[in-house]
Amino acid sequence: MPVRSRPLSPHLEIYRWQIGNSLSILHRITGVALALGLVALSYWLVSLAGGEASYGTAMRAFTHPIGWLFLLAWTFSFLYHLLNGVRHLLWDAGYGFERNQRHISGWVAVLGALLLTICVAAVVWHGGSR
Amino acid sequence: MSLRSPLGRVLGTGSAKDGTGSWWAERVSSVALIPLTLWFFFSLLLLPSLDYGTVKSWLAVPFSSFLAVLSIAVLTYHSYLGTTVVIEDYVHSTGLKVLSLLTLRFLYVLCGGASIFAILHVAFGS
Repeated sequence: MPVRSRPLSPHLEIYRWQIGNSLSILHRITGVALALGLVALSYWLVSLAGGEASYGTAMRAFTHPIGWLFLLAWTFSFLYHLLNGVRHLLWDAGYGFERNQRHISGWVAVLGALLLTICVAAVVWHGGSR
Repeated sequence: MSLRSPLGRVLGTGSAKDGTGSWWAERVSSVALIPLTLWFFFSLLLLPSLDYGTVKSWLAVPFSSFLAVLSIAVLTYHSYLGTTVVIEDYVHSTGLKVLSLLTLRFLYVLCGGASIFAILHVAFGS
């Protein structure tokens, strides 16, 4: 009798990439990124309490091009984790499980976060020299 | 080594009752974080400038410092619960897992504590 390769549980390496699992993984990645952002926020607050000189040092780090890049990534992570978090809360409450609803809410979360990140960047850019 | 089956050992001992504790806490804190983080984010975004004087006088207002302390406390808690699950999922060897979970816990208390102390320092003056 020939041995048929039967379907197993979806291992991460062979699981087909689609919007559902991609966004789930992105939720976790942005969560970890935000944990690192919390350390940066902590440093920023401590520098503020430390006085004008230490605050200046911190702000120079944050307004360095690499600092901007991090702030942009944290902004997207925050907005995405927020929108997708609401999506998860709705699921926990028992809503939005249909295929269509899952896909639409997923796209709303990820595209909404991208769009809002661009808006925030525009506001900051328009705000001028900070 | 016990000869009893795994099922036999747990039958009759009742439910653990707190199995969903951290799962539920993560949800409750996430609900609280919706208004808190939005307030924090937009307050900073809408400040006329992020120079020392502006930020300090904004944070020194009791309303701001109070909400900032709450935000940091709930953020730290929620983030701790989340990253703990990440470590539990991906770190498999027991020794390394316990070590990283303990380190994580200490780091969160350190960062959260430092942030809250800094906010209070600004709020109550030096």
